[in-house]
Amino acid sequence: MDAREVVIQAIYLASSVLFILGLKSLSHPDKARLGMQQAAVGMALAIVGTLFNHEIIRFDFITLALILGTVIGYPLGMFVPMTAMPQRIAISHMFGALAATLVGVAEYRINQPAVPRSTMAALGFEVLFGALTVTGSFMAFGKLQELITGRPVTYRGQNAVNITLFGVAVAMFLYLIYRPHSPMVFYAMIGLALLLGVFMVLPIGGADMPVVVSLLNSYAGLASSATGFAIQNNVLIICGALDGASGFLLSILMSKAMNRSFGNVLFGAFGAPPALAAGTQAKDLTVHSVSAEDAAMRMAYASQVIVVPGYGMAVAQAQHVVGELADLLEKRGVTVKYAIHPVAGRMPGHMNVLLAEANVPYDRLYDMEEINSEFPQADVALVIGANDVVNPAARSDASSPIYGMPILDVDKSKGVIVLKRSMNPGFAGIENHLFYAPNTSMLFGDAKSSLTRLVSEVKAL
Amino acid sequence: MNPITIIELYVFVLAAFVGYQVITRVPPLLHTPLMSATNAISGISLVGSLVLAGANRDNPSNWLGFIAVTAATINVVGGFLITDRMLKMFRRDPKPPPALEKKTGGAG
Repeated sequence: MDAREVVIQAIYLASSVLFILGLKSLSHPDKARLGMQQAAVGMALAIVGTLFNHEIIRFDFITLALILGTVIGYPLGMFVPMTAMPQRIAISHMFGALAATLVGVAEYRINQPAVPRSTMAALGFEVLFGALTVTGSFMAFGKLQELITGRPVTYRGQNAVNITLFGVAVAMFLYLIYRPHSPMVFYAMIGLALLLGVFMVLPIGGADMPVVVSLLNSYAGLASSATGFAIQNNVLIICGALDGASGFLLSILMSKAMNRSFGNVLFGAFGAPPALAAGTQAKDLTVHSVSAEDAAMRMAYASQVIVVPGYGMAVAQAQHVVGELADLLEKRGVTVKYAIHPVAGRMPGHMNVLLAEANVPYDRLYDMEEINSEFPQADVALVIGANDVVNPAARSDASSPIYGMPILDVDKSKGVIVLKRSMNPGFAGIENHLFYAPNTSMLFGDAKSSLTRLVSEVKAL
Repeated sequence: MNPITIIELYVFVLAAFVGYQVITRVPPLLHTPLMSATNAISGISLVGSLVLAGANRDNPSNWLGFIAVTAATINVVGGFLITDRMLKMFRRDPKPPPALEKKTGGAG
């Protein structure tokens, strides 16, 4: 190692430490911002350090690419609305995986006749998971952005096709380790992986997106870690491992919050054909609707209101009005708390970010385990565009597809007001008996306009 | 190309272990910023892409490197900016919350 190389390695080590400290700072919202700014410094150091690498002899491509990347990345960082965060995160997994895949392809092309088997294993893993993540993330982005239908796309024999494709790709991978000098197989494997990414995400519905987005996060991380193995760069291995661990942990948490296994999410096509077994039909049950005036009255004279936001709040972009309503109620002496289900929305933490944007202090946001015991004391639980996460069938109806999923015990509160567009069943197509319960009142209409009406009614009191 | 050494495997396993321990302590409140933060950090694939784009091995390599650097830069720039934008929004209530003390996540 010459002196220059030692300095570069020292910089990489410092960057790795800063990254780990940055992630550690995320354990508390007060420290998080500073910690992540330090991580950004670590990144800048790593980039500058790399530019001193003796292998780099021309800077025109580098400069242009850095400028282009900044021009595209800046608006993606500064102007994407918080409601579009799930698709924004999904597309960034695509960029990460794309970089890893291309580096893998280039390394293979150049070194191809003399690639050792161990390096081939890393390269193969890198392009296999990288390519799969590129198209998978793009599909997830398309579904979340509603470029393609958010509903699961299924056909007969789908799982068999997917498993066969995956098996063939793995067989190619093993063959490449056995005989690294097989470029045709290498490129065919990439093609197959790209296809597999599309097929894998097709059958997954919107409500399952938190798991898939986390899983793709993990794959993108593993792909960059494999890049690190292939080009023998420790900082890449470390960051990839951090990213992979984070995505893996999040997908486990999300699956748990839905009481489903990984396999079930990936191969189950949740909610594809509306589950007919979903409990008794609700035809002869009555719905109690309520006017905005009455609803406002009940909340204004309550002592405690718990707000339960769901994806519907994000769709209607209603988070600011929610914050406004809560402020008004608090001025009248009402205690307002927010109950956040782990899979509410389309991404881990989705609701928290939206409410933080609406200036709701984070100490009013409660996780499911913290708030569930509070519902019996709440005078009003205000459900805004949430459905499956408050469906009591998950507790009581063994035939329901969501049976066993931990839910927010909204039905135990003294009164429930549900803001909902119509009586159409939710995303998973499962009938929700909460809406027919005697202590539930429905306020129909778009969440945002309903909330706006509530705000003006409370003001008028 | 040199074969992979066992040291790299050590680095990977230990880093994954550290990552798991650190990330277990991130409260659900910050799971979205966590995702964007790991995204930004995974932009470190720039260190590989930069060498590829600047080593001038042949024309296809240069262009592959060009695209890789662009993609990784998008993640670095966009990722850190959006994480900061999100974290800036999380604020504590000026007056202490009524009843039920919320636990403050795994501080320390």
